[in-house]
Amino acid sequence: MARYILKRLLAMIPTLLGVAILIFLLLRVVPGDVVEARFMTQGSQFLSQELMDIERKKLGLDQPMWQQFTTWMGGLARLDFGVSMWTGGAIGEEIKLRFALSLQLALMASTIATLLAIPLGILAAVKQDTWVDYAVRVFSIAGLATPSFWLGIVFILLLLVVFHWLPPMIYTPFWQNPWENMKQLIWPALAVGYRYSAVATRMTRSAMLEVLREDYIRTARAKGLVQRLVLARHALKNAMLPVLTVIALEFAFLIGGLVVTEQVFNLNGLGLLFVQAVAHRDYTLIQALVMLVAGCFIVANFLMDVGYAWIDPRIRYR
Amino acid sequence: MAVARVPVPVPEAVEAAPPSTLSRWLGATREFCRTRPLGAIGGGVIVVMFIVALFSPLLAPYDPEAVDFGAMLARPSLAHWLGTDAFGRDVLARLVFGSRTALMVGFGASVLGATLGAVLGVASAYFGGRIDLYLQRVMDIFLCFPLIILALALVAILGNSIPNLIMAIMVPMIPRSALVIRSSALAIREMPFVDAARAAGFGHARIVLRHMLPNVMAPYLIMLTAFLGQAVLAEASLSFLGLGVQEPTAAWGLMLRGAAVEFAETAPWMAVFPGLAISLSVFAFNLFGDSLRDALDPRLRTQ
Repeated sequence: MARYILKRLLAMIPTLLGVAILIFLLLRVVPGDVVEARFMTQGSQFLSQELMDIERKKLGLDQPMWQQFTTWMGGLARLDFGVSMWTGGAIGEEIKLRFALSLQLALMASTIATLLAIPLGILAAVKQDTWVDYAVRVFSIAGLATPSFWLGIVFILLLLVVFHWLPPMIYTPFWQNPWENMKQLIWPALAVGYRYSAVATRMTRSAMLEVLREDYIRTARAKGLVQRLVLARHALKNAMLPVLTVIALEFAFLIGGLVVTEQVFNLNGLGLLFVQAVAHRDYTLIQALVMLVAGCFIVANFLMDVGYAWIDPRIRYR
Repeated sequence: MAVARVPVPVPEAVEAAPPSTLSRWLGATREFCRTRPLGAIGGGVIVVMFIVALFSPLLAPYDPEAVDFGAMLARPSLAHWLGTDAFGRDVLARLVFGSRTALMVGFGASVLGATLGAVLGVASAYFGGRIDLYLQRVMDIFLCFPLIILALALVAILGNSIPNLIMAIMVPMIPRSALVIRSSALAIREMPFVDAARAAGFGHARIVLRHMLPNVMAPYLIMLTAFLGQAVLAEASLSFLGLGVQEPTAAWGLMLRGAAVEFAETAPWMAVFPGLAISLSVFAFNLFGDSLRDALDPRLRTQ
């Protein structure tokens, strides 16, 4: 087991390095950089080649590419993300400020999704090809089709029209005032959670359908076990693996999925930060955020692989 | 029940044209509508969308970009069925023309993404060995990015014209398509007709494109229809963020941006209808795609 973990751990390094090289090159291949973007907003009267060159020198953009890359990598190895090219502030600090909000939102959304998806998926599988099944499937396909940002707008609209009330627009940390915090975050969490639950519901349904055809389910039924116990003890336990996989992977991706929803609810999270970074062509910030998202995904994948190997010993020996 | 028949992996099925392709397609379509009503409804909505997009200038009651400050934020009425926006532009006209943007970007990105992915996936499976390994590694790296994050980064780099938008949404789809198609192609590589083609002295390009690619049609179509909805959603999201289609072009995501939220209480039609259009179209694509997958994927037929 230790050898397997070590092997998987080492396999993460080239992937992370590849992600770093890819995003680094992508951002530098095409003309136009943060200096141009900044001068553009200040009006063209300031636009002079000399000034731009001075700025570039300050940001280290005049160095050859490989040197920029090694500087960045050296920083990353020490968990130092560098400074934002736009604001000049330390990126680590910028991210730390917003990480709590996005993480809380992601956790809330995945809780909502799990609570919705598992019962609905089981129900649809047990009642396969009845109207219950169709209703659940339409509900989940609709969840995949509805953009979460629009759902957010609709929530705001309904709250306004029905209750003449708007969720608070200023963020309160959970530990300061949980009630105020919830009043603000529950709506975006619901909007994101619905879409997220749709993916998980479909997976639960198909995993359950597969398991319910197995011989041991027939055996369990044949020995007179009641339906509730067959489902809870025999079917669910075996169907959960792919479902948990989907939930974990979606969670890793959620940090990215919040990009649009945070905009609607005016939440100053990682998603909003990313959109701003893209608009400003803030290379260092975009790089840091992309590495963070990809890193989350790679780590989630690693944990899942290890979890699988722990549950199913056959995997370790492949 | 077999509905649309998957091309059978024997040389005759690929090389020789069947007696009448048209009648075969018609028969398959009829069978599909009969056995999968939900998928047929989805397909119907897609056809309607196409007609609307094709005949936009005839169907739209107004010029979608015509500003009318006399009719700002007008409620839905006989003159403006779905009301007007903050510039007095007719919402229905913008919805109708928005279908062009959605379909263009949606189809452009998903067809290109699925096709390039299919070529890469088949080539990867065909050559095997080191090429396969390196290609897979590169694909793994691309798969670490959520679709929208990669698309956003690409839009930042390329700029936001419609062709660039198609590019930005297409790129994240390539590895996803390549992954699925490669696993199907691995089985086909072992088929005797591939050996026969190689023995006949055909070049690699010909074997990959003419002999193997047609035989991964089923997973290709499945990926393609799944991508369609995702591409439409991605375009709407990017436009909503102000990083996709730019004003004054009509696009559904763009219609939800800015004023739609600001005036949500006084002019809810601005926020409701474009969102409905996005949801309905993606819903139709997904419904159709799901049914098509059930019909084409032999493993699921027994379910």
